[in-house]
Amino acid sequence: MTTGAAMGEARAASPALLRVRNLRKFFPISKGIFRRTVGHVRAVDDVSFDIQEGEALGLVGESGCGKTTTSRCILRAMTPTAGEMLYRTRDGRDVDLAPLSRRDLRPLRAEIQMIFQDPFGSLNPRMTLFDNVGEPLLVNGMRNRSERMDRVAELLRLVGLRAEFMHRFPHAVSGGQRQRIGIARALSTNPRLVVADEPVSALDVSVQAQVLNLLLELQQRLGLTFLFVAHDLSVVRHISDRVAVMYVGQIVELAPTSSLFARPRHPYTSALLKAVPVADPRVPTGDVLLKGEVPSPANPPSGCYFHPRCPFADERCRRETPPLRDIAPGHVVRCHHAERLELAGAA
Amino acid sequence: MTPAAPILSVRDLRVVFDLDEGQVRAVDGVSFDVQPGQIVGIVGESGCGKSVTMKALLQLVDEPGRLAGGSIAYRRANGTILDIASLDPRGREIRQIRGAEIALIPQEPMASFSPVHTVGDQIVEALQLHARQWRPDGGRLSRADARSIVVDLFRDVGISMPEQRVDAYSWQLSGGLRQRAMIAMALSCKPRLLIADEPTTAIDVTTQAQVLALLRELQRKYGTAIIFITHDLGVIAQMASEVVVMYLGRVMEQGPVDSIFHAARHPYTRALLRSMPSLRGTTRVALPTIAGSLPHPFNRPAGCPFNPRCEERAGPRCATHVPELREVVAGQAASCFLHHDAAEAS
Ligand SMILES: Nc1ncnc2c1ncn2[C@@H]1O[C@H](COP(=O)(O)OP(=O)(O)O)[C@@H](O)[C@H]1O
Ligand SMILES: Nc1ncnc2c1ncn2[C@@H]1O[C@H](COP(=O)(O)OP(=O)(O)O)[C@@H](O)[C@H]1O
Ligand code: SF4
Ligand SMILES: [Mg+2]
Ligand SMILES: [Mg+2]
Repeated sequence: MTTGAAMGEARAASPALLRVRNLRKFFPISKGIFRRTVGHVRAVDDVSFDIQEGEALGLVGESGCGKTTTSRCILRAMTPTAGEMLYRTRDGRDVDLAPLSRRDLRPLRAEIQMIFQDPFGSLNPRMTLFDNVGEPLLVNGMRNRSERMDRVAELLRLVGLRAEFMHRFPHAVSGGQRQRIGIARALSTNPRLVVADEPVSALDVSVQAQVLNLLLELQQRLGLTFLFVAHDLSVVRHISDRVAVMYVGQIVELAPTSSLFARPRHPYTSALLKAVPVADPRVPTGDVLLKGEVPSPANPPSGCYFHPRCPFADERCRRETPPLRDIAPGHVVRCHHAERLELAGAA
Repeated sequence: MTPAAPILSVRDLRVVFDLDEGQVRAVDGVSFDVQPGQIVGIVGESGCGKSVTMKALLQLVDEPGRLAGGSIAYRRANGTILDIASLDPRGREIRQIRGAEIALIPQEPMASFSPVHTVGDQIVEALQLHARQWRPDGGRLSRADARSIVVDLFRDVGISMPEQRVDAYSWQLSGGLRQRAMIAMALSCKPRLLIADEPTTAIDVTTQAQVLALLRELQRKYGTAIIFITHDLGVIAQMASEVVVMYLGRVMEQGPVDSIFHAARHPYTRALLRSMPSLRGTTRVALPTIAGSLPHPFNRPAGCPFNPRCEERAGPRCATHVPELREVVAGQAASCFLHHDAAEAS
């Protein structure tokens, strides 16, 4: 069991809005006509972190590292295999989301909402944007149509769209506008925690900037708490107060954004930063530090999951799984040798 | 420094799509040169015409699209110059060039391998078709020889266990491996010009670093000229020596990579560079944005295509005349009335 101090908890007076502890989500791999289980994909493999009220926590890592699965567990779109997710409700109770039944979850649905990478997937193409954005309102008991109209108009204006947009259908709007609709829909129930899974990854640079600005503005205006998931390090850095880096189902490092990028303490974080091409031709291209491929979460390596690709790996790394532990105030890392490593950051 | 004769010289290239709703001018007067052994980066947001331009270079534009004008002067190894734009898309000449002298790594690598044959078999077949590249005596390339060349190519592009991987089907490979197999396929005929259309967009940043290193090594080792298409300005900065910036089917600016990133002349280039979050800038502040949104293809603005969104407009001419792509300082050209008065004849 990891200690609370090791979660990179900001020393805030108030307890965290969400405390995730030792979260695991394994998918069975089955074979043969009897669908015999022959193994497990360890998609989320002992993940712990806190999210303070009003902060934006970034979750970054390469595809398949477990970001979406973590998000979907928090939203209880799936039930975790193990672990706790302690959520502090609007009325001040601490509730573990992990074991809740559908019925017990229902009152919390309005408080925790999701923004998807492709809002198209979550919008019904045969319904107008009014019906799409207003649907969560209806589900949450707002029966009166004109009341819903007013609220949808307000939400559309909030995300920078004209209220007339509500009469259009999803296919009639551009990618950037569609993402604004996805945001409006997520905000319709006045959520406290918003989980955004790759919300700008499918957008072009100029549209991406507009949507990032919108998210930042809304966060400040509405006091939202964000779990911001993305694979683009520059985007995560731009929006997050703190950042967690995942590798093969585990968090390998979590720290305040500036420390993580200036002085990463995990060899994977450092290699990941160095792999990002710098948009300045005067900065020389770095050597390729990470060779080979990311291991499969169905068959993770022994010891430290990063050891087969790590330039600093020794016998202990091959044998012993490092715990996530404190290395500096608010800075946790999953590496046996973090103290003695001098790793390059992004600056 | 006078540049050598370009291997490719594109002038005023136009591609239109005739649709029921009207005509889309997907490529609307594109011009650029590629020098031998050079990496030219083409950057622009989705829909600006990058992929259609590249398909046009190989006469691969699909219906309802068609080449509507311009020239594509390609200089062959023996020095003769051929206008690809005037070739029959199904003729013998373009087939000799396509895949053999100019290879394309298309944007959708999944679609470019057949799911019913192993990737190895498909590359072997391509190799045997263009055996001349490997057998200067003009003889046939045996299947066994071709296969061993493919295994070596797989190793060169960083595919581990190449002997096993050649017998895999494309759907059995991860995105990164498929992309490498696609690169191996493109290299199999030792092209003089390689066109890579967003070769790293679908793969992760650490795999991307490996693929980019591979392409750079190729260019160094064989002097292959590369046209590299991406919407990632970081990739452009690290890969290209010359950059072409496109918007709405036209070239907005073109120049050496250092000038594009440090002395951009076109308002679109400048705005694009500003709007990008970086690993160094101030965080959690509003990023500068480009006002408005991309117009619908049927709704092209009159005048400079960027004028409705431009913050530095030169004057009323911007909304009525289309600025030409003109050299504004040595080696750097811009289509913008801030820098010259030359308009296209309409
Ligand atoms: N429903 C599922 N069944 C089996 N494996 C899954 C399922 N969902 C995700 N996975 C696997 O779990 C791992 C983590 O996936 P995911 O959380 O989507 O990663 P990310 O969002 O970081 O790309 C991957 O190896 C993926 O293939
Ligand atoms: N098959 C098609 N039918 C109609 N229009 C097309 C087709 N393919 C491309 N286009 C048009 O050409 C434009 C340029 O497309 P493309 O070259 O694929 O852009 P890019 O590669 O820069 O993202 C698009 O905006 C679209 O309007
Ligand atoms: S624990 Fe060892 S293998 Fe893992 S990251 Fe640290 S040095 Fe590398
Ligand atoms: Mg995901
Ligand atoms: Mg394209």
